Amino acid sequence: MRRRQLLIGGLAVAGLAACNRDSGAAGDGPYVAIVAKGFQHQFWQAVKSGAEREAARAGATITFEGPATEKEVEAQITMLTNAIAKRPDAIGFAALDSKAAEGLLQQAKAQNIPVIAFDSGVDSQVPLTTAATDNLAAAAEAATHMSELIGGTGTVALVVHDQTSLTGQQRRDGFTRWMAENAPGVRLLPVQYGDGDQARSADITKSILSANPDVTGIYGANEGSAIGVVRGVQESGRTGVTIVGFDSGKAQLDAIRSGLMAGAITQNPVGMGAALITAALTAIRGEPLEKTIDTGYFWYDRTNIDTPEIQAVLYQ
Amino acid sequence: MIARLQQLLAFAGLIVIAAFFAVATPSFGTYGNVVNILFSTVVIGLLALGTTFVIVTGGIDLSIGTGMALCAVMSGTFVVTWGLPWPLGVLLAVLFGGLIGLVNGVSTARFGLPPFIATLATMLVAQGLALVVSESTPIYFNDSPGYLLLSTGTLIPEFPNAVLVLIAATAVAAVLLRRGVLGRYAFAMGSNEEATALSGIDVTRWKIAVYTLAGLFTGLAGVMISARLGSAQPATGAGYELQAIAAVVIGGTSLSGGRGSIAGTVIGALIISVLNNGLQLLSIPQEWQNVVLGVVILIAVYADMARRRAVVVH
Repeated sequence: MRRRQLLIGGLAVAGLAACNRDSGAAGDGPYVAIVAKGFQHQFWQAVKSGAEREAARAGATITFEGPATEKEVEAQITMLTNAIAKRPDAIGFAALDSKAAEGLLQQAKAQNIPVIAFDSGVDSQVPLTTAATDNLAAAAEAATHMSELIGGTGTVALVVHDQTSLTGQQRRDGFTRWMAENAPGVRLLPVQYGDGDQARSADITKSILSANPDVTGIYGANEGSAIGVVRGVQESGRTGVTIVGFDSGKAQLDAIRSGLMAGAITQNPVGMGAALITAALTAIRGEPLEKTIDTGYFWYDRTNIDTPEIQAVLYQ
Repeated sequence: MIARLQQLLAFAGLIVIAAFFAVATPSFGTYGNVVNILFSTVVIGLLALGTTFVIVTGGIDLSIGTGMALCAVMSGTFVVTWGLPWPLGVLLAVLFGGLIGLVNGVSTARFGLPPFIATLATMLVAQGLALVVSESTPIYFNDSPGYLLLSTGTLIPEFPNAVLVLIAATAVAAVLLRRGVLGRYAFAMGSNEEATALSGIDVTRWKIAVYTLAGLFTGLAGVMISARLGSAQPATGAGYELQAIAAVVIGGTSLSGGRGSIAGTVIGALIISVLNNGLQLLSIPQEWQNVVLGVVILIAVYADMARRRAVVVH
């Protein structure tokens, strides 16, 4: 496993080197090196497009990297190491492990490279600001809608992507806390984790439905989990289960349009990418930044999915 | 004889585990849940079938997980992007899997690379190519309803087609390993490759055939997972190879080669699914599910070693 990650890291180095040549050729504007959490979800593609658009507008150059999966902390650390080595004017960083990068971030600070955190917070004083969704509040919003949809009573299950990342924890805790405080009639089942893997999340959903025939609602905490829940409910043949999701992507939009899924929370990844670049350029100019930039979230369902406001923040 | 014994032991283990869950949670034994378990075994089961042949020869194939993802993406390319009729797309995707296996076979048999390294390289190449070909975007099969029915359709009422595919593939694999020339030579190569070569068997050719066969199963797994998910997910698959290898080992196939059986592998895959399902039904936290699975693998390997030692003594 370790060997595999080293090799992937090695390939990443090669990839970064290639990108560096590209950017070197590109021009004279400020250069922002962005290290994201991955790129397997459409979410990251949307962040990237937002960042690219804003960079083009402002005359900046960017590189956008991420490990192959959102489990590869070590590979991401290697990418960050290489990003610093390229001496960019600023770094954008979405941490897979909020503590593992502290040493490198200190190194960036020592070299006067401003760091902007995005997507999830970094347990560090180095990043000048964090452009992110308030996941606790967003998950509470999902809980509010779930409770409303099932009439404030019933049994609700949670399929979450993981228990180690800040987003996994916050999307779980925001949901469970809101329910505990506001919906005494709702019984929550123990949280199950499916790595955000669709097939695995579908299997988990079917197990939950077998063991708990009284389940009235299921919440999937990211794109893969939510789609997995939809598949699992479909495969089990159960009807009348209210599904609430997180994020978007084509399969999820289809499920909402067809009524399989009641609705979902979407973040604003394009806006996040743009905010990241704006913050980076502000930092490069040496101007002050707020400690956090809330990039927002929206609840969408059948009734508003086609409105321009929602269409602008969906990613597929 | 020993293989038979190991199979019996794995089977007994499966029965004990299943009996435990049946008592512990009423929903475990329901028809619907048993079908759930079978359904969740399909992908790992298919990968494990092909891997059994490779491990019997004393080799290993780490490329099957990400290879599966690449085959899923290729299937999407054939059916969705190129618009080929889906049965043809399925066939090409399975053959593409065979091509990946062929590359592994040539690297190991012809050029003598250690299988661990050769297939590790293929694993990375497949992961990369899956992302390149799909442009890191899932490919959706929404407009190919026939393709989706491959997995969730029901020729037999309330019995998903995916499970039928696994049963058919198991039958084919069992015949090939037990009755076919390929199986006989695979066992021979795993027991003593030099002696096999000296007895006039073209070891290079047959080893390439074994890896190619494993690749065909990888291709089929790619088709089945994409049919289930209604989409080819380019970034999934990593880690599946380890689960498949675990299934093979739990089923009594020796990692040092020369011994193994398809029945054992299927039982091994079922043990993994039953554990996952049962522990989820009991709402055991995820981290403990992994601990239990790891312990089961340890027990299986230890039992294998203990038996081998016993055989040597007598």
